[in-house]
Amino acid sequence: MAKVTRVIPGFRFTMGFTLFYLTLIVLIPLASLILKGGGIGFGKFLQTVLDPRVLHSYLVSFGCAFFAAIINSIFGIILAWVLVRYEFSCKKIIDGLIDLPFALPTAVAGIALTSLYSENGWIGRFFYAIGIESSFSLVGITIALIFIGIPFVTRNIQPILKDLDTQYEEASMMLGANRWTTFRRVIFPEILPSLLTGFGLAFARGVGEYGSVVFIAGNTPMKTEIAPLMIMSKLEQYDYYGATAIALVLLILSFLILFSINLIQWRMSRLKGI
Amino acid sequence: MQENKYVKYTLIGISVVFLTLMLIIPLLVVIVEALSKGFAVYFKAILDPFALKAMNLTLIATVVAVVCNTVFGLCAAWLLTKYSFKGKNILSSLIDLPFAISPVIAGLVFVMTFGRISYLNDFLTANNLKIVFATPGIILATIFVTFPFVTRELIPLMHAQGKDEEEAATMMGASGFTIFRKVTLPNIKWGLIYGVVLCTARAMGEFGAVSVVSGHIRGKTNTLPLHIEILYNEYNFTAAFAVASILVIFAILILIVRNIVEWKNEKEA
Repeated sequence: MAKVTRVIPGFRFTMGFTLFYLTLIVLIPLASLILKGGGIGFGKFLQTVLDPRVLHSYLVSFGCAFFAAIINSIFGIILAWVLVRYEFSCKKIIDGLIDLPFALPTAVAGIALTSLYSENGWIGRFFYAIGIESSFSLVGITIALIFIGIPFVTRNIQPILKDLDTQYEEASMMLGANRWTTFRRVIFPEILPSLLTGFGLAFARGVGEYGSVVFIAGNTPMKTEIAPLMIMSKLEQYDYYGATAIALVLLILSFLILFSINLIQWRMSRLKGI
Repeated sequence: MQENKYVKYTLIGISVVFLTLMLIIPLLVVIVEALSKGFAVYFKAILDPFALKAMNLTLIATVVAVVCNTVFGLCAAWLLTKYSFKGKNILSSLIDLPFAISPVIAGLVFVMTFGRISYLNDFLTANNLKIVFATPGIILATIFVTFPFVTRELIPLMHAQGKDEEEAATMMGASGFTIFRKVTLPNIKWGLIYGVVLCTARAMGEFGAVSVVSGHIRGKTNTLPLHIEILYNEYNFTAAFAVASILVIFAILILIVRNIVEWKNEKEA
């Protein structure tokens, strides 16, 4: 192998420090989780993660996160479109507000949403009036997950939409397509990869989310318990191995989601290349 | 291209209603609930000794986490944008790893590394070192969850700027640190500020990870978000929202800084 010469100094120092810090903070702790989790034994591991209550919590976490990510994708496209294509007053404020879920602590979001969507809350009373239980239910969990996922899709699509050349849309209109067809056939394929990225990030974040959900969820066994809460309650019983087993399954599932989204994107970019 | 007026105003309307319901009203409700029993109760709640202790701990954990992750973020971004080497993609994915991990699991990894059943437990108890259920554990968990923030903000920026200026500076004989200080830093300062601000926001508000490693000892290992949880679970809603309002004010400040940074970036571009 030819020796690579690097012009800018500092390679060894930055490489050394980056690897050292990464190993210390991320890799060693993760490794000890995996190694210690292995200590539980295969039979006990399966027994823990296949417990109906635990299985149900995975279903709740993934189901609600998926649904919230879908809703955020729809509103994310609308928000990005409105912010890039239209001019109107207070547009700057709306644009600035979108990042609020990143800035607001999850526990604060959790108690605020619970208060709003509970039976006597400002918004909850309307939901309850039409028979929808908007707190201490799956609906409540989904609402909390929508809140924390708002910025992901919008912020991923915005730059793509901004850089999109409008001449393709014009050409499509000239050829007789209406606005909706143009959006569906010309614009949508362009934003699809970044939409998927945003969806994947919102989904993954939702699956692991704890702070904003625990307050509004009500945490009823077999109904509204989320997977991170199951880890928490195992820990409270000092069942470290049980907690680790649930965590490992959650980790693997989250990585699978992110991996499959990367795979779809890769397939799409290859198709586009041909 | 002129859009149909109805479509335009419907879409703007949907956006405004959605954001009002999901973002603005939750902020308002915190403030209204916090002040619902008057200013006296409000100030009593935020000046409560336990609240002040929690504030202090949050401040310590945030400052340490942000300083560590900023130094790391600058190093890692420099490494990933100024050099080419094998395994760069793997390293980059590993740095992003904490993003994909649930905060509760982030706390759990430290319990498994330093807690009662860890390999290090004998050593730690023999030397009377306490990491889990103490301040060091809270700091570590906070560092973990905010790990990639600064790097993620800097990499696209430094990538777009290329490395010509740094190479030129090297040719003229500048040392690594001088190049960083005089050439790179002025170019990335707004992105860096935004990364630090985001990192601060997340560090200050982290709940799940800190909850696992804290042990919830009042006045000792409670951070502000944990203090809010305790007050809320004691049905002391007004006090919970009062303490929460402090964090809301910080969140709004962060949004303002974010917008200033973006505005500066656009002006310079």
